Amino acid sequence: MIEVEHLTKRYGPTVAVSDVSFEVQKGEVLGFLGPNGAGKTTTMRVITGYLPPSEGRVRVAGFDVVEEPLEAKRRTGYLPENPPVYFDMTVAEYLAFVARIKGVPRREIKKRIAEVSEKVAITDVQQREIGKLSRGYRQRVGLAQALIHNPDVLVLDEPTAGLDPKQIIETRELIRGLAGQHTVVLSTHILPEVSKTCQRVVVINQGKVVAVGAPDELTRWLQGYETVLVTVEGPAAEVMDKLQRVPGLHWVEPRETSDGAVTFEIHSEKGLDVRPEVARAVVESQWKLLELKTSGLSLEDIFLKLTTKDVVEEPSVSDEQLNIS
Amino acid sequence: MHNVVAVAGRELRSYFHSYIGYQLMRGYAVVCGFFFFSFTATYVIQEFRMAAMGGMGAPPMNLNEHIIQPLLEGVLTVALLLFIPPITMRLFPEEKKSGTIELLLTSPLTGLQIILGKFLGAVGFYSVLVVLTFLYIGVLFLYGNPHAKPLLAEALGLFLYGGALLALGMWISTLTKDQIIAASVTAEVFLLLYVLDWVTAYSSSTAGRVLSYMALTTHFHNFARGVIDLSDLTYYLSVIVLGIFLTARSIEALKGRP
Repeated sequence: MIEVEHLTKRYGPTVAVSDVSFEVQKGEVLGFLGPNGAGKTTTMRVITGYLPPSEGRVRVAGFDVVEEPLEAKRRTGYLPENPPVYFDMTVAEYLAFVARIKGVPRREIKKRIAEVSEKVAITDVQQREIGKLSRGYRQRVGLAQALIHNPDVLVLDEPTAGLDPKQIIETRELIRGLAGQHTVVLSTHILPEVSKTCQRVVVINQGKVVAVGAPDELTRWLQGYETVLVTVEGPAAEVMDKLQRVPGLHWVEPRETSDGAVTFEIHSEKGLDVRPEVARAVVESQWKLLELKTSGLSLEDIFLKLTTKDVVEEPSVSDEQLNIS
Repeated sequence: MHNVVAVAGRELRSYFHSYIGYQLMRGYAVVCGFFFFSFTATYVIQEFRMAAMGGMGAPPMNLNEHIIQPLLEGVLTVALLLFIPPITMRLFPEEKKSGTIELLLTSPLTGLQIILGKFLGAVGFYSVLVVLTFLYIGVLFLYGNPHAKPLLAEALGLFLYGGALLALGMWISTLTKDQIIAASVTAEVFLLLYVLDWVTAYSSSTAGRVLSYMALTTHFHNFARGVIDLSDLTYYLSVIVLGIFLTARSIEALKGRP
């Protein structure tokens, strides 16, 4: 549904996005993950036709965004980071205006507004002025605006930024509900978001794609070893010594101590479950085993790893960073 | 066309949902009313005097020539140099500041549709000022009998003159995000264009005549007398087209920036 091929975007001498390629299948929810300034917004702006690419091509529903911009735009709904609303209009007036410029047939405008308002739960604020609505409501009006012409493709730039936790959960549910009917691309720098809403993730850093995959695939890919956390009440040095002698362990490291109990982080070979051995070692020594669990890498860790990896691979980049700081 | 109307309608609506719209109407009504009153009062006193002196063979006084023409040409063309910048200053800066420019540029609209829509919205608000002007002039019909036909040329002239200013002001508004800067630069440009014909006072060279030709108000003279001259018409239409063209260029350039 969306094809991005070798996209590069420069602002004068600054390269915002460099040789980015990815595809989004029909009905898929793709997460665009990266730190601030990674090039997420720029990429989305090119997909929506707001900015022309410097190099490469982008097609939406088969239409090139440069050569056939109107056709591509007709099939795209876009929610920028700040909802593009007119503060002096009421919600109903605003949605009617957007429906008109998006080419919704005049007869269907009322019906579409009602449907979309229902979907994003803004039916009760139709006659309120947008400037007087809360941030959460404005965001929903922005989402309604993006949906009003029932586009094939939805591009959402940080759709949950600035919302309170309840609104964030609602928005994520809403986005999940859109999958299937619409192809969704959403950007975020909040890690838990992608695992909760997206089927596939593109990680971008400093304008380049660092990794692509399903959220759990990424976890597996990065997880070159298993991690076990064990909390023991006993003499720390001895416990550590004993644990290090358990077969299959790479290394053991104390993480935190509280009331005589120590938590160790244990790394072992991939695919090897060392929990029974660890438990036996502790119990044999008459220490108290308080807790024992495996630790899956959180996406937060992955993300840190991905970005640090990138810097390590390209020393020139890290030099630049040093200069800047 | 449908899209142009949608954009224009929203633009026009926003003038009536802001203080600036009502302030402009009030301010214009006061200025226009004051000058209308003083021209009319002067006219009445002079007519009494002439009647007292028995005419003395002087040509009869004429409402068109002694009230309407000086009001339009002498006063309103200058007043509009100050009243139009606040109309155009918000056209693009507001969209840029609120981010709604992203909505417009990612909608299936051509650049020209957006620009024409905004321009027509501004012209729509400006026409309220023109209507206010003619409400005053209409008073003359209650107490006298001015010629009605020249009023058509005068109305056309006001629209063309205002349209030219609005198109230039719109272009200047695309160059900044700040409404105050847009308004002050626009007023400055208008003022320079207004005084361009003063060069003929000290220069009769070709360059002087060209500059004088470019002055905004010189072309209003015929319209104010109730005469439609093709060269004046062409002048104002060219300025409008130029303003729209420059705006389109400026919007294109905008797209390359973050």
